[in-house]
Amino acid sequence: MSQPRIRVPRRAKKGEVIEIKTLISHPMETGHRRDTQGALIPRQIIHTFTCTYNGEEVFRADWHPAVAANPYLTFYTVATESGRLRFAWIDDDGTVYATEADITVV
Amino acid sequence: MLVVMRPLAAWSTPEAVQQAIRERIGERQPQPGGMSLTLPKIAETGNSVPLTVTVDSPMTPENHVLRIHIFVPGNPLPVAATYHLGVRAGKAEISTRIRLARTQRVLALAEMHDGSVRSDAASIVVTLGACVEEIWSN
Amino acid sequence: MQGIPGRGQCWAAVLAAVLACSMMGAGIGLLTAGEPQRYRVEGRRSGYTYLSAENQQLQDDDFANPGLLWVEQGEKLWHQADGATGMACASCHGDPAESMRGVRTRYPRFDPRRGKLINLEQQINRCRQERLQARPYPHESEALLGLAAFVSAQSRGLPIDVRIDGPAAPFFEAGKAFYFRRRGQLDLACYHCHDRLAGQRLRGDVVSQGQINGFPVYRHTWQTLGSTHRMFAWCNVSVRAEAYPYGADEYVNIELFVAWRGRGLPVETPAIRR
Repeated sequence: MSQPRIRVPRRAKKGEVIEIKTLISHPMETGHRRDTQGALIPRQIIHTFTCTYNGEEVFRADWHPAVAANPYLTFYTVATESGRLRFAWIDDDGTVYATEADITVV
Repeated sequence: MLVVMRPLAAWSTPEAVQQAIRERIGERQPQPGGMSLTLPKIAETGNSVPLTVTVDSPMTPENHVLRIHIFVPGNPLPVAATYHLGVRAGKAEISTRIRLARTQRVLALAEMHDGSVRSDAASIVVTLGACVEEIWSN
Repeated sequence: MQGIPGRGQCWAAVLAAVLACSMMGAGIGLLTAGEPQRYRVEGRRSGYTYLSAENQQLQDDDFANPGLLWVEQGEKLWHQADGATGMACASCHGDPAESMRGVRTRYPRFDPRRGKLINLEQQINRCRQERLQARPYPHESEALLGLAAFVSAQSRGLPIDVRIDGPAAPFFEAGKAFYFRRRGQLDLACYHCHDRLAGQRLRGDVVSQGQINGFPVYRHTWQTLGSTHRMFAWCNVSVRAEAYPYGADEYVNIELFVAWRGRGLPVETPAIRR
């Protein structure tokens, strides 16, 4: 069960550039490793991360197996208006892990 | 006598790296400068290497970063990630952690709104590689 | 001194007060990078001191330390009702910052009911079975790692302080014997690497003293959180010896010995290690 962890400021001034920190537990199995029997362990990673701000996508990342396990990402966005930031991590198997944060912009 | 042959890990060839770059920026020639890729000089473990890319850009409608690409030519696959920014990003900087299979020169490209492409690269020594290790125990 | 204090004595008093305040301030709160004296106690060195600057920073990062993902998971489980009674850890133990503070520093401990040692994971499972009437978590499951990490983290910064006297003594001696016994095809004892060769290189890696004050640790080699027993098993297999099952008495005994070996070192859970 992949747990996301985020750090977003609760309040910001309009036009301020805010820092968003994200972390999620996930093995990010590369597909290159072999098990004790010598068989390849199939790839299973989170391939896409998105951040939407009141429904509009403001950031996206395309990930490949070179992204380390339990992926960490810090990025920035402009605090334009009060509302909700939604974060989604999409697994190779189609599962979407999501979490949200509300922000007050003054 | 039964001999078990295990195929060698398929490393990225220089051609594969070039193709991955072409697929993303076409025939445009990246220009070094205007951005920085920060990596440690030595990776204590290839499994988790902290990386930051910063592009000098005011991120206005007239001058902003569209995408940042990270290439890892020494890994089995040459691309690590692509980040889609745009004016709403406010600041063209990302920090993350990547895996490195072996000592190599990591490359970052930034596609600008005006069609230009910037680049920076950083060499890193990797003593304990990631990606292709065998699980011989727990 | 007699008489009205002169200017020099006033300044000395102010300086002494400022120094006293700053020393008090340094003693409160979580461990921070750049406090090497906390990680070394009379020649006993935490694994932290063998890390690169990047990994030390990662351990100290109160957001990005990946071990905190398990601590968060453990916190959820602490409050989650489970088992036939419908209670949660919180039902008896209330606020974990108070009730669990110091717990990690004392485990493994002698348990009079079992007549042998019990470690933290086993204690958690015993509480689940007896108090919640819930099934015990499997060894090395995400849930057990999470709860063990969460409970241990409530003691972060406190010095390891295990009892090895009284009824614990024979188990401590058994753990000590294990530590010094050669095993495996490579015919090595823990002692050979972690005492004789600590600080030296093993291929691309540096051998530490093998302290366990940071467990459960986020280990980059495993790319996940892992327990002391997983570490002992990994070390045993590394010298081509048979590993014991998780929860085995042999491993709980050596857990006590190795904890004592690191007495005074601070709890660092969740620590980052290679």
